[in-house]
Amino acid sequence: MTNAQEKMNIVIVGHVDHGKSTVIGRLLSDTGSLPQGKLEQVKLDCERNAKPFEYAFLLDALKDEREQGITIDTARCFFKSAKREYIIIDAPGHIEFLKNMISGAARAEAALLIIDAKEGIQENSKRHGYLLSMLGIRQVAVCVNKMDLVDYSQKTFEHIQKNYTEFLAQIGLKPKFFVPIAAFKGENMIHPAESMKWYEGPSILGVLDGFEKAPSVEKRPFRMPVQAVYKFTEQHDERRIVAGRVESGAIAVGDSVVFLPSHKRSEIKTIEGFQAAARTAVSAGYSTGFTLKEQIYINRGEIMCKAADILPLVSTLLKVKIFWMGKSPMVLEKEYKLKLGTAKVPVTLKAIHKVMDASELRKTEKKMIERHDVAECTLECAWPVAFDLTGDIEATGRFVIVDQYDIAGGGIVMEMVEDQQSSVREQVALREEKWDASMIGADERQNRYGHGPKLVLLTGPVGVDKKSIAKQVEKSLFDQGLKTYFLGIGNLLRGIDADIDRHKKSRREHVRRLGEVGNLFMDAGLIVLATASNLDDDELRLLQEILRRESMLIVNVGTNHFREGAIDLQLDEKASVAENVLKTLALIQS
Amino acid sequence: MRHLEKLESQSVYILREAYAHFKSLVMLWSIGKDSTVLLWLARKAFFGHVPFPLVHIDTAYKIPEMIEYRDRLALEFGLNMIVGQNKQALAEKRTFPDGNLDRLACCKTLKTEALVNTLAGKWTRERLNHKTGKYEPDTSTEPYTGVIVGARSDEEGSRSKERYFSPRDKRSDWAVGDQPPELWNQFKTDFAPGTHIRIHPLLDWTELDIWEYIGQENIPITSLYFDRGKGERYRSLGCYPCTTPVKSTAKNVQEIIAELKTGKFANIAERAGRAQDKEDGGGLETLRREGYM
Ligand SMILES: Nc1nc2c(ncn2[C@@H]2O[C@H](COP(=O)(O)OP(=O)(O)OP(=O)(O)O)[C@@H](O)[C@H]2O)c(=O)[nH]1
Ligand SMILES: [Mg+2]
Repeated sequence: MTNAQEKMNIVIVGHVDHGKSTVIGRLLSDTGSLPQGKLEQVKLDCERNAKPFEYAFLLDALKDEREQGITIDTARCFFKSAKREYIIIDAPGHIEFLKNMISGAARAEAALLIIDAKEGIQENSKRHGYLLSMLGIRQVAVCVNKMDLVDYSQKTFEHIQKNYTEFLAQIGLKPKFFVPIAAFKGENMIHPAESMKWYEGPSILGVLDGFEKAPSVEKRPFRMPVQAVYKFTEQHDERRIVAGRVESGAIAVGDSVVFLPSHKRSEIKTIEGFQAAARTAVSAGYSTGFTLKEQIYINRGEIMCKAADILPLVSTLLKVKIFWMGKSPMVLEKEYKLKLGTAKVPVTLKAIHKVMDASELRKTEKKMIERHDVAECTLECAWPVAFDLTGDIEATGRFVIVDQYDIAGGGIVMEMVEDQQSSVREQVALREEKWDASMIGADERQNRYGHGPKLVLLTGPVGVDKKSIAKQVEKSLFDQGLKTYFLGIGNLLRGIDADIDRHKKSRREHVRRLGEVGNLFMDAGLIVLATASNLDDDELRLLQEILRRESMLIVNVGTNHFREGAIDLQLDEKASVAENVLKTLALIQS
Repeated sequence: MRHLEKLESQSVYILREAYAHFKSLVMLWSIGKDSTVLLWLARKAFFGHVPFPLVHIDTAYKIPEMIEYRDRLALEFGLNMIVGQNKQALAEKRTFPDGNLDRLACCKTLKTEALVNTLAGKWTRERLNHKTGKYEPDTSTEPYTGVIVGARSDEEGSRSKERYFSPRDKRSDWAVGDQPPELWNQFKTDFAPGTHIRIHPLLDWTELDIWEYIGQENIPITSLYFDRGKGERYRSLGCYPCTTPVKSTAKNVQEIIAELKTGKFANIAERAGRAQDKEDGGGLETLRREGYM
């Protein structure tokens, strides 16, 4: 049994009181989509409360909404035309509820933007237009509403049409239709209006049916942000399943895959499902799961790609456009979190290039991004992320910014900026591509040892004792039966590093080698305890290219020179070794 | 992709996001068709497993067949089944038909209060022992901070304004005017201590979608939804004093679908048979603000 009926998500946006909810209420009622008795019930409610009837009350279900006569939050409703089914999202027009409008609009495939004929183009008519373009909604129809209030004047309509088309052109949007309507009276809603014979285009219903479904992304490069790697051992299920939703492209059993940013590689062994027909291929849109041929160590947040495809970009620096919804402004130097795909990375605002008030598109010299602003800026992530440019693949080319606990901004990636680590990153990519894996999978090792690999790196000023802590921790782990190893930096300097001098200039190479040696020990499944004095943010970034950040624990002893949030544990140099050992152990075992 | 495949994929995505972000996560199972579809989707998401407990609030006014059906499926699917109840209110007969509460107050007492306290771990929870098939007091009193719920936006006005991930503060209040933004499948997954979260994977589904999916997947559903010879069936399951069956001769899923598409229910709201919705202008909104599902 199938449901072949096509569905489309449409959002209705525009300035406050221009008639968005009325348009929808009227559509629902004129197409007979309301449940029996609903219209009568709302009319009765209005009578009881001595209020004039509004079609908007069919949508504005919240008590506050009806009392104030405004929409506060987006509502979803459903209706059908002869062509397809619609899910209509009613967005609020009041600036106070912009984040609600964005939440609604982000789900839509097309938009109706309503402008009041009498009031003309207002602040949010423009702001919403701008946001539609950023949210990736390319199909927009503009409805000039309340034509009854301007005597159905063709001149007024054309004036608005001209001005608004010019505005949209500046932001690269071209409206598909311009329609004069009188929503309350139902004119030009589902039938052509007697009152506006000069207008020859489609009515609202015709406009909706005129929107097209977006072309499929199946032929694009394959991308699947990893949601989780599942293993339900307790339920006697030995499968190790990499789960996620395919956002773009298609993949089949036997295809080689690469995970970014780690560059780990494997091959698709099976495509998993539950109570579903067996599959050998899967494409964009499906939430699915895979088992892999070589068991590699990967985490949530990576993007699974097809090795033969054009791969996503990897960097710590991204040039982006963002819009800000946070109560406090976005400022330089402060740490936020970036969520892109399933990755979540600490991020800071590195530079602001342009800030504009979304309704005016003025460049300003602001040093911060305030609520309802749109900005072009550069973001710096604490460790590398994989992404696409929004023009190439939308799903992996957009992100949100979390301030404290709240999503405070959203944005799209315009460009990649090369950071200092790009040459090491290439080396690591090559290392992973050519990696000669043993027959023992990472998870088999983990099962046998009872723990996963980790690199615990103790750093801090010269002269502060880190080694005693590291060695004590190693001993304690060893006594608990764990596989562990103390990697003394001195042992590297006089061995593997003997060919390079100990000059400051060579520090970077020493750190790189420390990372690579750490990588080998971790591949062997060990918990490695390493020490290195005076590491700085840049050197940490370098290490994060060689090893995944999640696989490292950074412990600083004594004065802390790292940027906010860079380390996992801060220890007091004056505390006893025993105390510091306990804290480090607690970190490892948390 | 077909419509039901899209809905399924989105719900599965949401369930996995919930599982990735919340340690103490539970799913509410009212035994009705929606939350049973939700349970099915969880098994899809986690490849046959349900890695979190299911919570059922037993008002003691549930139709007995619902309880039998619940326990049968719980044993068959290997579910970690937890049951909560407002024992005190029941003992004191503070309920709608027996006591002097009105319908809304009864809902509040037997459902909302029981739910809030069961989730918080303040009242005894009964956990199903799979070996004996009996319920035993649960030793864990750990509060559940993430709750997966089967609300659909087509059910009623205030539900049409929900987010997939919706925070509630300490008192379970729903700040309807100030909900977090939710875009491009990025949900609110960071929380100040003390807040908890409702997760709504079924928001995009309509009643018809639910039945078509039940048909497609052959999901076992309680027979109360079907006419068993008397010319009536339940369209929505609640407590028996407040839920009346509808006149219908639909005997199986296909007949229900036909009835919803073109037949007698094509445009009658599903909750028309739920009396508590009508008691005050925004009845369900008031309940929901206080923690009703
Ligand atoms: N004269 C006239 N009034 C209209 C028309 N359409 C809507 N209105 C009135 O405009 C007012 C605002 O309508 P709503 O539909 O609530 O506006 P909205 O855009 O949804 O408002 P927000 O959601 O609060 O931004 C109501 O009083 C409507 O009755 C129309 O075609 N003609
Ligand atoms: Mg409105």
